[in-house]
Amino acid sequence: MSEATSTGATKKREPLSIVGGRSGFEPRYIKDHLAKYIVWTGGLGVIGALLLIFVYLASEVAPLFGDADVRARKTMKLPGDQGETLFLAAEEQGEVGMRVSKTGQVVFFDLFTGHARQTLSLPIDGKTLTSVYPIDHDKGLLAAGLNDGSVLIFQHRYKQAYPNDVRVITAELSYPRGEQPLVFASGPISHLAVRDNGDALMIVGSETEGSIQIKRFEQATSLFGDVTVTELPVQILVPEINPDILLLNPLLQWLYVIDQPAGKIALYQLKGDGPPQLIDVQEVGAEISKASYLAGGISIIATQADGRVTQWFPARKGSGEQYLARVREFRVPGDTPATAIGVETRRRGFAVGDSAGWVTMFYATSGARVHRERIFDHAVARIVFNPRAQLRLALSVDGDLSVSDVHNEHPEVSFKALWSKVWYESYDQPDYIWQSSSASADFEPKFSLMPLSFGTLKAAFYAMLFAVPLAIMGAIFTANFMSPSMRQAVKPTVELMEALPTVILGFLAGLWLAPFVETNLLGVFLTLLLLPLSLPLFGYLWLRMPRSIRLRVPAGWEAALIIPVIASVVWFCFLVAPPMEALIFAGNMQAWMDHTLGIGYDQRNALVVGIAMGIAVIPTIYSIAEDAIFSVPKHLSLGSLALGATPWQTLIGVVLPTASPGIFSAVMIGMGRAVGETMIVLMATGNTAVMDPSLFQGLRTLSANIAVEVPESEVGSTHFRLLFLAGMVLFVFTFAFNTLAEIVRQRLRRKFASL
Amino acid sequence: MQDARSVRAYMKSGQPYVWLTAGAIAASIIITVALLLLTMARGVAHFWPADLVLASYQAPHAQAQPVLAEFRSSEEVTSARLKNAGLPVDEAQDFYERILLKIGNRDLGGVDFRYVISDWLVDRSTPADAVVWERLEWGNLHGFLQSVQFDGRTIEGDEAWERYRQAQKRASALRHKIERIEKKEIGRINYQMEQLRLSERRLEIDGLSRADVPEPYLALDARRQELDQSYALLSEERARLYRALGRDSLIARTASGQEVSMPLSKLVTGYRPNDMNLLDKVLHWFGKLWEFVSEDPREANTEGGIFPAIFGTVMMVLLMSVFVTPFGILAALYLREYAKQGAVTRAIRIAVNNLAGVPSIVYGMFGLGFFVYFLGGNLDRLFYPEAGPAPVFGTPGILWSSLTLALLTLPVVIVATEEGLARIPRSVREASLALGATKAETLWRVVLPMASPAMMTGLILAIARAAGEVAPLMLVGVVKLAPSLALDGNAPFLHLDRKFMHLGFHIYDVGFQSPNVEAARPLVYATSFLLVLVIILLNMTAISIRNRLRERYRALEH
Repeated sequence: MSEATSTGATKKREPLSIVGGRSGFEPRYIKDHLAKYIVWTGGLGVIGALLLIFVYLASEVAPLFGDADVRARKTMKLPGDQGETLFLAAEEQGEVGMRVSKTGQVVFFDLFTGHARQTLSLPIDGKTLTSVYPIDHDKGLLAAGLNDGSVLIFQHRYKQAYPNDVRVITAELSYPRGEQPLVFASGPISHLAVRDNGDALMIVGSETEGSIQIKRFEQATSLFGDVTVTELPVQILVPEINPDILLLNPLLQWLYVIDQPAGKIALYQLKGDGPPQLIDVQEVGAEISKASYLAGGISIIATQADGRVTQWFPARKGSGEQYLARVREFRVPGDTPATAIGVETRRRGFAVGDSAGWVTMFYATSGARVHRERIFDHAVARIVFNPRAQLRLALSVDGDLSVSDVHNEHPEVSFKALWSKVWYESYDQPDYIWQSSSASADFEPKFSLMPLSFGTLKAAFYAMLFAVPLAIMGAIFTANFMSPSMRQAVKPTVELMEALPTVILGFLAGLWLAPFVETNLLGVFLTLLLLPLSLPLFGYLWLRMPRSIRLRVPAGWEAALIIPVIASVVWFCFLVAPPMEALIFAGNMQAWMDHTLGIGYDQRNALVVGIAMGIAVIPTIYSIAEDAIFSVPKHLSLGSLALGATPWQTLIGVVLPTASPGIFSAVMIGMGRAVGETMIVLMATGNTAVMDPSLFQGLRTLSANIAVEVPESEVGSTHFRLLFLAGMVLFVFTFAFNTLAEIVRQRLRRKFASL
Repeated sequence: MQDARSVRAYMKSGQPYVWLTAGAIAASIIITVALLLLTMARGVAHFWPADLVLASYQAPHAQAQPVLAEFRSSEEVTSARLKNAGLPVDEAQDFYERILLKIGNRDLGGVDFRYVISDWLVDRSTPADAVVWERLEWGNLHGFLQSVQFDGRTIEGDEAWERYRQAQKRASALRHKIERIEKKEIGRINYQMEQLRLSERRLEIDGLSRADVPEPYLALDARRQELDQSYALLSEERARLYRALGRDSLIARTASGQEVSMPLSKLVTGYRPNDMNLLDKVLHWFGKLWEFVSEDPREANTEGGIFPAIFGTVMMVLLMSVFVTPFGILAALYLREYAKQGAVTRAIRIAVNNLAGVPSIVYGMFGLGFFVYFLGGNLDRLFYPEAGPAPVFGTPGILWSSLTLALLTLPVVIVATEEGLARIPRSVREASLALGATKAETLWRVVLPMASPAMMTGLILAIARAAGEVAPLMLVGVVKLAPSLALDGNAPFLHLDRKFMHLGFHIYDVGFQSPNVEAARPLVYATSFLLVLVIILLNMTAISIRNRLRERYRALEH
């Protein structure tokens, strides 16, 4: 009542628009405005939230494709004595650097100021160092060759403490093999390689020009923890080529001998007792300036005088013969000769410094050039990364040390690495592989999206193969031939199936259908073959039936009539299948396929997924297609029938062409659903990331891969972001499919309205 | 003129294709019904007490083994396959019937399921005194009751069974009491202790040390002492109950004659299926059904009930409804009533529509990355520094699950509500405005009440979708086994940070990640059936509301 009077009162003052053109102070209008703003903010907020999904996914994915960011921290003079620098390193946090000089002095210095923090000396009694070889970067284990031919093993380690919540790092040196150098040669060693595989330490070096000495120190730990070291006699190897650089792998199996001027690499296999065996000699085509192992100790990289960098590792040819494979090639722009290589210690990244002072960073697996900058005016002598690869040291020939912070999180990702064949370490040829993690820290992650995309499309393809004919033919019958009363019951029943949780379909597919198909494979095939044939046959028999029987079934109820026919055909197929299997396939069809056709059989395979996911998408396709066919204006089909066309001709000639955009959109939406479906594929495929189009092999889809791997992936890592990329691919793919379908559908609706 | 009934005329008329299309729709219907029947039959049969068959398994060239087992399923297998599996079959015979037996006694034989060849299973009988004991561990025990240790006396013979039933009732009652003390009362004390620890930690973080401001610390200490005391009392009570529970035991004889001593504290129930009449079996069936929906799972979820999963699903769906209803309706109101109807609105409408088709796992990733790691992580930093480094909201939980599913089901609610709004005749709105009502009043008094069944439909469809969705939940909060429910008697009663169990995930987990899939399978069928039932009921409700609504407006339009 009060509202009515207040309206009456305002009416006298001025004319007003009821719908809110007026701003009064009456509570009614305030409420009206309030409601408007609430709905506006709420509505736009919700739509914004939905938009946020896309924005968020994009923001998680974007860093994958960002470039490396390198910022110069400081350029300093190296602290310590004037002797030649033989080794440089930086610890994990990027605070403390270490330098080993020819005189045996070890200086730990601050990487922010360049001041020496601790200066220590190796216990070498006035002898000098000839070279330092890193045995194990991660443990900080080093081997120093002395000028009397002996080898000292030492280790640099860093301890962190947090007094008063401030990080303090202290460095220390230790001597795991004792302070006494190991006796190896009688004079200075020109090239040295030392590795320790836990059971044995091996020293390889060249004392006299053209020959190599190999010495093993076996070490056995008894039950009580006593360590006994046995020195094995020195082996002499005279290699095919002149040894300028020696590289030994961490497991003490492979020895690379490199002849720099000749540009040749020889690969030797080391056996426990026997003499080293030459596997292969390869010519690189130019002079080799530097060579080094990459992290993981499987492949080596060599820089050539013509500005190329090549990666090599042992592989097998098709015939089983081992050879040294030239895996990939990188190019330093400008083709200037390289003067230094620095390798990352935990990833397959490396940097090359050249004679013009440029430093170029590469990533081996992705074959990508990550970053390039000019640091010095003259040649680069050394490049070193700290273990986290967040700090890079570059030393120039005249002793300037440039310290840079590196932000290079995702070098593994490049378009090529994701979508084309990549030759991974220990593989014999390039391949598409998805293998995101393993137990070993030396593992090279394999991030090819091809097997997953292939699996996704394979599962969707077989599902559509099963679902599209059933759903569309079913829709045709329901919309065109079925009696209205039956349609009212049938349509909701099929649509109800859409609400069936996919986890139940997946469970039935994995635990009921898969074993069932495995034991009744022939029966399943017989059904798929005989069922479509038997129906027209039944139709003909029905035509020949006496009129009295035929007239009992009203028009439009044929589908009900045919249910028992289908049931009996299926029953017949499964009845005759076992004797047929016994007769034709010796009782076991899978074994027969395997032996005769060479087709392997997985219990959880594409056939099972095709059926299960087909069942999941039938209702989607059916419902939309039925709507499209049913809403074709009746006067079109009636006109056709009146002109003497049979119902089938009318359907093919008039109804389907008119409804075809709607059917197309139904298939698109069904496809979108099949591509993104997770639970069914997770439960019914075995989740093996193989690229095999066979109907009887498993697969792994993008969505199942996300469900399996996201919970255990490290937040912010390349793997995590790649999974988000997979999610975004799914999002964009389904969204685009659905939008296309929706636009087609709306246009069709307008067309029908105008008819 | 050609005979209309000749083969050629038949082919030409296009009728074969019509029959094919009829076959397609019939096949779809058959598949739907068969799926429902399959889940129902397998799920419901699980609770029926199957007969125990005593037989001798006599494989060729092997010693006869006595078995006492339930028949689970049987199938015809070609002898080639059996030979492949290493069985000494006679290849002259093409087929064998293979039976899956539940032999129980996993602690004695290592396995509780076994495939046997029907032909080799001889001397079958169903002795009336064969007993199935359900145990807390190691699955069922199949055997015969030898004697009962009842209150210090050994009872054998006919009286033993009666005595055992009495003793079992007493033991079960005691065990329930112990469970209540352990879960409820001791759980409460533990919860409060943890709260005290957090309060203390909070004080420290706020810079109030024990030396400077002792009062709050003393209050906490006093409270802690109180809790310690009541804990001591409870554990004494518990120890007393355990002693009482340990009083009785029984000796069972298995089919192979082995004698097994079993304390009654380890047994859930025992029954003689062969001795039951139909009424007994029906009662037993209902009892098992009740146990299934009301009890906690046992033995890595392969036995017992699924109550926590039902509870978790309901809780999550209710929370989700709280989020999705207002926002979905607001968005629909905006799109239909307030936004200018143009190309932009149409584009938004299509986009919203299509979000329903985006794979649910994508929503799960978004929920994990945005809600859990970003929102939750920041909430923890701001409001729960005392709990660190353990996350409170920065880890998957029921709040994030329901928010994620709310986002997932928003399009459903928006589309349904919009449809309802669009169906309201213009005349009704115009009449209200003409009478002087403001737009808000028209909406509130006229439009929304008329659209409410549509909103209801949307909400029900959203609930049905959410109840069956599993993939996103695997990322944002569902677990195999939740130690405590999200709603309990400890203030603040509703624990939004807790993880929860879910029917759909339970199916996946028990069916695929369980150590004993064969034992768990019937339970998974039962769970599936329950889930299907709930979802079908919800959908049918939504459909019937929608149909009734259509009828109503059809009347209005004329």
